[in-house]
This record gives sequence, structure tokens and C-alpha cells, in this order.
Amino acid sequence: MDNIAGRKSGLSWAVNLSVVALVLLWLFPTVGLLVSSFRTADQISASGWWKALFPSEQVVQLRTGGADMAKQEGDLWVVEGNLLEDSEEGPAPGAEITRFGVSSKAVDAFAVGETTTFAKDSKTFTMDAAGNYRFTTTKELKKRGQRVFITATLPPEFTLANYDQVLLSGNSNDSMTKAFLNTLTVTIPATIIPIVIAAFAAYALAWMEFPGRALLIAAIVGLLVVPLQLALIPLLKLHLNIGIGKGYLGVWLAHTGFGLPLAIYLLRNYMSGLPRDIIENAKVDGATDFQIFTKIILPLSFPALASFAIFQFLWTWNDLLVAKVFLIDSTGNTTVMTNQIVELLGTRGGNWEILATAAFVSISVPLLVFFAMQRYLVRGLLAGSVK
Amino acid sequence: MSPALLGLVTIIIGVGGCLGYFYFSNLFLDKVLFPASGPNAGRNINRANMVRPWLFLGPAIVALGLYLGYPVFETLRLSLTDRTQDDAFVGLANYQQMFAEPKFWEAMRNNMLWLIVVPAASTAFGLLAAQLTDRIKWGAFAKSLIFMPMAISFVGASVIFKLVYDARPAGNEQIGILNAIWMQFEGGFGSLLFLKMLPVVILAVFAALVAYIGWLLLRPILSGSDNIVVKALRVISGLISLWISIIALRNIFDVLGTDLPNGQPQSWLTVPFYNNFFLMVVLIWIQTGFAMVILSAALRGIPEETVEAAIVDGANPFQIFFKIKVPQIMPTIVVVWTTITLVVLKVFDIVFAMTNGQWETQVLANYMYDKLFRANDWGVGSASAIIIMLLVSPILIWNVVQARKEMR
Repeated sequence: MDNIAGRKSGLSWAVNLSVVALVLLWLFPTVGLLVSSFRTADQISASGWWKALFPSEQVVQLRTGGADMAKQEGDLWVVEGNLLEDSEEGPAPGAEITRFGVSSKAVDAFAVGETTTFAKDSKTFTMDAAGNYRFTTTKELKKRGQRVFITATLPPEFTLANYDQVLLSGNSNDSMTKAFLNTLTVTIPATIIPIVIAAFAAYALAWMEFPGRALLIAAIVGLLVVPLQLALIPLLKLHLNIGIGKGYLGVWLAHTGFGLPLAIYLLRNYMSGLPRDIIENAKVDGATDFQIFTKIILPLSFPALASFAIFQFLWTWNDLLVAKVFLIDSTGNTTVMTNQIVELLGTRGGNWEILATAAFVSISVPLLVFFAMQRYLVRGLLAGSVK
Repeated sequence: MSPALLGLVTIIIGVGGCLGYFYFSNLFLDKVLFPASGPNAGRNINRANMVRPWLFLGPAIVALGLYLGYPVFETLRLSLTDRTQDDAFVGLANYQQMFAEPKFWEAMRNNMLWLIVVPAASTAFGLLAAQLTDRIKWGAFAKSLIFMPMAISFVGASVIFKLVYDARPAGNEQIGILNAIWMQFEGGFGSLLFLKMLPVVILAVFAALVAYIGWLLLRPILSGSDNIVVKALRVISGLISLWISIIALRNIFDVLGTDLPNGQPQSWLTVPFYNNFFLMVVLIWIQTGFAMVILSAALRGIPEETVEAAIVDGANPFQIFFKIKVPQIMPTIVVVWTTITLVVLKVFDIVFAMTNGQWETQVLANYMYDKLFRANDWGVGSASAIIIMLLVSPILIWNVVQARKEMR
């Protein structure tokens, strides 16, 4: 459009670069969480996640072999071996060790190849860059070997252990499995039921003539913006009085009520845009309103139904307030994922590996839905707010 | 019964019940109540057609009335009663009590800040992103990445940004990106440039912009063609923007005067006043995608002739954007702005999960939650809900008026 006058826009490069910068800025926080969820607690606290993608120099604590590997040479006990190959933890064999130390106060005191003498000259220790070491002591060895700190450049390393812990361990504090199922239990009925109710109402508002129709539409536009905060106490009281109490039924009803204005509004706008001819022809052919609705309107309204379904799904899945008020009782058996994460923030605020994993489990489903059905979401947004 | 099974049964009962209700009530209407045969067939058809809309609307009206209509009035009633005195009518005592609490005014102040900053920033970023991505080949891909946070829950976003703001004691490796960047500034020339000069420039530009808007609002008064109400509105809004501009200018001296704790890791969420902005960033991050999608559709709807005419007349890209495109999509900008305003007024999860209103970050929705479920004071809680409702109602009325205009 800007090239009409026959000149190539000189801004093109600047535009591309700005968009790259903007996209990176927007992605950066989420990627941080994703990367962190694949790192161990030690890795997370040792370095920022942005360094996890590159090889990094790290200090690792390992142990030499113990009494079972010791050989006696004269009055010395000697342990020889390879630190990287012998231990199961720590870096994989092949990492290059640059420095080592035997005290936690000076973890990188010596370069590889040097020999250190310590513990009142009773012990010596030396090692090479590949991890082969020689440890001597004048006293008989205890069962466990000498503690050694090595500084090595390690390749990026990721683990699925956090997901294992969060999803499969069954540890009641960290487990998201139950919360995941609970969230699903809340979400699916709370998405489907309002659609059914709203579809009928929207049809009536779009294609049936009756007194008070304009007033009802105006009322629904008004209800669209009523903050649900107003409804918390009166409805909780109502639920307690009629015996629903706190539970799934209550939260389904609440989500249905709160979702209806948008559902009716979106569906009515869409349905009233359908061609009048089809409906009038069907009427002439003797179809009843019920038949017109189920056989013609519903199939044609699929895009609008999908839009609203995505909205309602995202909204109920991501909701915290309604679940806290209408669902979660003191036993905590019906906790949902958002609530579980808030509780983890309180109890395990520093354990980023658990937090990041739990949060990512919770946001992965909406993200999947988002990328799979983005087209409908955009269409719904446009129908819902641009007039 | 396991909740999953219960859910399945509910779906079947709920959906089946709804469908069954609609089907059988229609059947009953057509076959039993007003059968379309016999001596009164014509009259019966007319009657059935009068009743049918209400069959279709019935469940929706009941649900809306019960879950949104009734609570508005019940909350109003609760805000005038005291739960501890057996729901006795206490007049405006709850409101008086609330207005006497500093925490309430803190929430009001913060909400006002949120109301100004978040819609403005989200709309501005959204407009920028829409305009930029519409001009490049991989724009659709870039858009969907910027739009992505819309799918992330406020709670998930809070965790994401808590990691960004994380602080470790000095001497340790910083794992929050903000502190990692902050630690790079150690008081040298770079710090001076980025932490003093840049904010000063931004503030100065902001002050100039607001003052210019104020001048644009005030200028037509001199020509004197408006009626008295418009004039008064112009004077008020013009003076408000001049006042904001003066505040921004005063802040320049504050920025220059303060001694920044360079080289000290900051726990950002506990720095009073500024922590509000760190919370707002989360919502801006989420809402920008929304603004971008809508504004981008509006930008595409602009008739090309207007842009072509501007190019022929020698307008540069900035002039085209600000003088041709923005004025044409103004109605959409207003819609985006009000939609985000509604989200801001109800913002709860972010504050609840990140600071829970500590360190002077309270907002109305969280204040209300505190009163209702921690202090168990339903009177004051309902009163603050009514305040939220009052703040929403101008938008509500405007929306209804617009909708009625459209219906005609």
C-alpha cells in the first residue's frame, strides 16, 4: 500500500526489526517458565534460565571412592579412579574439568594437575582434566570417600523429573493430577450448558417477533458488563440456603449464569446476520420454529458457537475467583489448578522447579486450544466487541 | 460418585434436560395447548406463536435474573445491613466505615492508576503491534505469538512474572531477568544514561503529549461554537490533562534527585508505589494481544483510497498513521479502551497471587475479597462491590445506549 507512489519503503527493515523485538519481549517471560520447568532446583538457583541454553561453567560436589576402593601402599591408603565415571550424579564423563577444591570454603582453589595437601598434611589429592584422581591418606579411610568440588564447563542439561514429581508422584502437596481432573470436571459442563441455553434464547431474540424484544436485548448488553463480584455473596447465600452448598453443581450454575450474557450476545449477533430467505422458505414449507432452529440455525451458527465455546472454556479453565467462592471447601478435595498454584506460591514460593512445572501444566491446555482454534477466537473477539 | 462421573452425568442431564425441555414444551404447546387444527386452528397458531418466544427464552431469563439481576439488588441491600446484628438495616454505616479505612483509599488510588495506565498502555502497544505486523510477511505468525498471553490465566501469568521479578541476596547469581539486568548498572555512564536520562526523556515526552492533548481540548473554546455543557467538559478535561502534565514535569526533578540503589538486588514487588506498575505490566502483557487483534481488523477496514490520496499528497508514513488511519479507527479504539477498562476494574487474580494487597498494592476487587472472606464482613464487602458497580455503570449505560441506537 505504501509502495504505490513507486518507492520502496525505507522503513521495511526497521519494521521487521521492531516486530522481532516486540515478539521476543512478549515471549521471553513464558519461555523462561518453560525452560525452568525442565531444570533441577540446583540448576535454577545456580544460574538464570537464559544461561541454561548455553554450556556453562558450574561447580559440582562429588565424592571419591570410599573404603571399599582403597588400596594400601606402605603406610598410605590410596584411592584412585575417575570422578566422572564412578559417580552416578554430576556431569557425564567427557566434561572438561578446569579447577577443583576439597573444602566448601574454597571450591576452586586448585587448577587441574596441581596436588593439594590438607588435613594437617595427612591427605593429598590430585586430579586431571578428565576426572582421573589420586587420593592418599595416612589414616584408614572411612566408609565414605573425600568430598571434592570440581569446576567444569557443562553442556545444557534438561530433565523431566519435575513433571514426574508434579504429575505422577502422588505427593499430595505438589500433585496437580487431582487438580487437573477437577478443573476438567468444572470446565466441560460449564462450557456446554450455557451454549445450549443461550442458543435457544439467541434464536428467539434474533428471529422471533414479540413485545419487549428490544428491551431484553438492551438488558443483556447491560448485564454483559455487570461485575461478577457483585454476585458472590448473594449467590453463595442462595446456594447454601437451597442445599447446593459449595460444590460442582454450584460452580457449574455460577459459570452458566456469568457466561450467558456474552453467549446470547455473540450468538444473537451472528444469527441475526443469517440470510432471511432460508428461514422464510423453511417456514413456507411448514417447518416449525423448533425444526428451523435445530436443522438450519444451529448448523449455520457453528462458527459463533465455536467462538463462544473457546471463550467460555478459557475463562472457566483460568478462573480462580468463582472456584474459590463456589467450589473449594475446607477439605480442599475439589481444588482446581489455579488455586493449587496460588497455594504453591505460598508454601513453596522459592521452589521454582515445582512452581514453574505446575504453572506450565495448567497453561498448556489453554495454549493448545488457543493455537488449534485461534481463528474462531479472533472471530469471536471481533464479533463481541467491534460494532 | 467420582467427580468426573458426576460431571458426565451433569452434562447429560443438563444438556439433555435443556434439549428435552425445549422439545417437549414446544410439542405441548403445538399439540395439546393450542393445537393447529379443529375449529380454532387459526387463533391457536397465533397464540402459540405468541407464547413460543418465551419458551425459548425461559431458561436464559431465569438464569440471568437469578445469577446477575437479583445479586445486584441483594448486594445493594446487604451493603445497607449488618450481618452481626441479624441483618438489621444500618443505613450508610458500612460505607462510612469503609471510607474511614486507609486501605480502601489505597485501593481506590491504585485502581485509578490501573485505570489510567493499563488501558492506555495496552491500546498503545496493541496499535503499534497491529500497524507493524500488518506491513510484514510473517505478520500473522508474529500476531499469534503476541496474542498468546490471552490464553494464559492471570494466575499462570503471575507465576511467570514472579520469576521475572525474582530477587536473590546480593552476591548470589540473580535468576530473575529484571534483577539480572539491574545488576549490570553499577553507577557508571550506562546507569546515568538508562536510569536517569531515559526516564527524564520519557517523562518529558509524556508531559508534552498530555499538555498538547489538553491544549487541543481547550482550543475550541476560543472559537466559542459549543454549548455550555461541552465547554464545561472541555475546561475540566483540559485542566486535568494540564495537571497530569505538571505532575509529570515535577517527577523529572524527583528522578534526577533520587539516589538509586545501584548494584543492590531489588525485590521489585515490595517497593511501594512502583510495585503497582510491576503488577500492571502483567495485565498489559495479557491485554495487548486483544487490543492488537481488534485494532488490526479495524486498520484493514480503512478504505484504501484515503491512504492513497494521502500518499499522492506527499504524506510520510507517520502522518498517514496519525492523521489518516488513527482518526478513522477512533470508534474501535474507544471500544478496546472500554473493554480493557472493564477487565481492569475486576482485576483480582493478579494482585491476589502476587502480593495479596501487601506493600500498598491493594485494589478494589481484592479489598472486597478480603472483606467478604477473610474479615467475614459482608456489609463492607458488599459496599465495596457496589463501588465497583458504580465505576462500571457509566460504561454499562454507554453500551446500552449504543446498542439501542443500533437496533433502530
